[in-house]
Amino acid sequence: MARIDLNNIRHAYLPNPASDDDYALKRVHHTFDDGGAYALLGPSGCGKTTLLNIISGLLRPTEGQILFDGKNVTDLSTEDRNIAQVFQFPVVYDTMTVYQNLAFPLRNRGVAADEIDRRVRETLEMIDLAERADQKAKGLTADDKQKIALGRGLVRSDVSAILFDEPLTVIDPHMKWVLRSQLKELHRRFAFTMVYVTHDQTEALTFADQVVVMNEGEIVQIGTPEELFERPNHTFVGYFIGSPGMNVLPVRIDGQGAHIGSHAISLDGQLPGNSDARMELGVRPEYVRIGEKGIPAQILRVEDTGRRKIVHATVEGQPIAAIVAEGTALPSEPRISFDPAGINLYADSWRVDPVSARQEGAT
Amino acid sequence: MTKTWNNRAWFLVLPVLLLVAFNAIIPLMTVVNYSVQETFGNNLFFFEGTKWYEDVLTSDRFHASLFRQFLFTGIILLIEVPLGVAIALTMPRSGPWVSVCLVLMALPLLIPWNVVGAMWNIMALPDIGLLGYGLNALGIPYNFTRQPISAWFTVVLMDVWHWTSLVVLLAYAGLRSIPEAYYQAARIDGASRWSVFRYIQLPKMNRVLTIAILLRFMDSFMIYTEPFVLTGGGPGNATTFLSIDLVKAALGEFNLGIAAAMSIIYFLMTLLVSWIFYTLMTRGEDQ
Repeated sequence: MARIDLNNIRHAYLPNPASDDDYALKRVHHTFDDGGAYALLGPSGCGKTTLLNIISGLLRPTEGQILFDGKNVTDLSTEDRNIAQVFQFPVVYDTMTVYQNLAFPLRNRGVAADEIDRRVRETLEMIDLAERADQKAKGLTADDKQKIALGRGLVRSDVSAILFDEPLTVIDPHMKWVLRSQLKELHRRFAFTMVYVTHDQTEALTFADQVVVMNEGEIVQIGTPEELFERPNHTFVGYFIGSPGMNVLPVRIDGQGAHIGSHAISLDGQLPGNSDARMELGVRPEYVRIGEKGIPAQILRVEDTGRRKIVHATVEGQPIAAIVAEGTALPSEPRISFDPAGINLYADSWRVDPVSARQEGAT
Repeated sequence: MTKTWNNRAWFLVLPVLLLVAFNAIIPLMTVVNYSVQETFGNNLFFFEGTKWYEDVLTSDRFHASLFRQFLFTGIILLIEVPLGVAIALTMPRSGPWVSVCLVLMALPLLIPWNVVGAMWNIMALPDIGLLGYGLNALGIPYNFTRQPISAWFTVVLMDVWHWTSLVVLLAYAGLRSIPEAYYQAARIDGASRWSVFRYIQLPKMNRVLTIAILLRFMDSFMIYTEPFVLTGGGPGNATTFLSIDLVKAALGEFNLGIAAAMSIIYFLMTLLVSWIFYTLMTRGEDQ
């Protein structure tokens, strides 16, 4: 297993990239620690698969370097980098048995026969397919096939990292959960460096220690699931993560506080000095309260999800969502207030930290 | 799910049934009728039972043309299938050359059978044809109207030229349908070029190749026009394949009973082989 350093990686699919828009990956500078479980999360076309293919060596970046444990591997082929990858659609060698599938990467590398047998048997135990060792891989279900694909990586004990490219896309919902927890368990026991690409936030948040959120070829935020939820760095992270996503309301800032229309919102900490930036307030639906106090709102509809209710309303013409507990009665003249703990302030879509804003204001 | 049974729906199938009856079943039954009777003209028929079948099945002439037929089909399958796969593997997977290659490959398939025969006839003429003259100029005695070997060589070469494209196109379609991830996974697993072919490309082409072999088997087993135009079945009987022999018996010698019995046997053989292929293909599906 290895630490992976990405040094100022940029990648363009066009031959002569001129402007920033020509780059599928604008600039990525990041380190994946040895033994960490990382998720690359973002919408389709945000560059996450491009980044994964650059790590695996299927793509060569236009600019920048990749280091595995400090060794430059930018120009090395996929085989020489010694990584494993699990793809969106399960790739198995149809004509081979499960056992032969797992032995294949070792045979190609000229490993001795008894060593191959030992490692294949070990891996089969790990991925729970020992009883099916002599079955043809072709007849297995999608989730078993995906386990074989994973097994072909695990069997090589010296792999630098295991990469996953949306591996659960074609798996039945009830099996997704099983596979995900098995993967997590394997990671706990053997501490591989794992990079997992997905556009499913649940997958990313449950799998990874660190989630890398990407949008339009850039990393917008790297953090633990809690950080991404409580303190989204960018409004994109706010509404991409969470269901429903964070409410983003345009506000006016002056010496006294933030204002939505004619209503003032009290904020903790010092406000940034008046600037030309476009200011927005971000509040997750979990922190929106509906009651007798606050800003008058019109309720549009209520979705009942079983455990809780999602209330869709408007305040000052802005749509807003709130989550209330099941069984809560909604007042006839509803007013909306925000829990101060859940309020984030954004200038030009990037989060402003009240404390650092004060320091800036002092200079 | 519940199924609704409505027997009036059979009426919807009736027009097709009539059509098939007129163009397939009735002619076939006529042949069956001829194959069990003797006629001396004047629309007089005498029932002969299985006599014609016994005659055909025990005749050396039938055995000889049947042998030639299997030999020919075997040779062209052995050449066209591996050659077609090899060509498909060397074709580009993307880019402007794809369409150029596809058009080039499709060209021989667009030429009518008798024109193919005529083209190769002229080309193979020893005195003026490029192939015939060229071979003789190189010191290789070649005359397809006199030497059985030369005739066979020409007929096989013509068929390979005409039909390898079909195998190429089918194999290429099979190759194109393999997702890129398979090749990427193979690179990650450190597979050699041969392993990629053996464990990814060949298994994925399995189905299209079965279809290619089936089509080439049926077509070559029924081959008539090209050798008829090129060699007329000669020299002697060297290239008299089943269908040529059948036409000789039916229209050259007016042995209606023999020809009809031969047709039925011929038909049953093709049916049997097609059934074997069908079973192989559907068995592959179940796995």
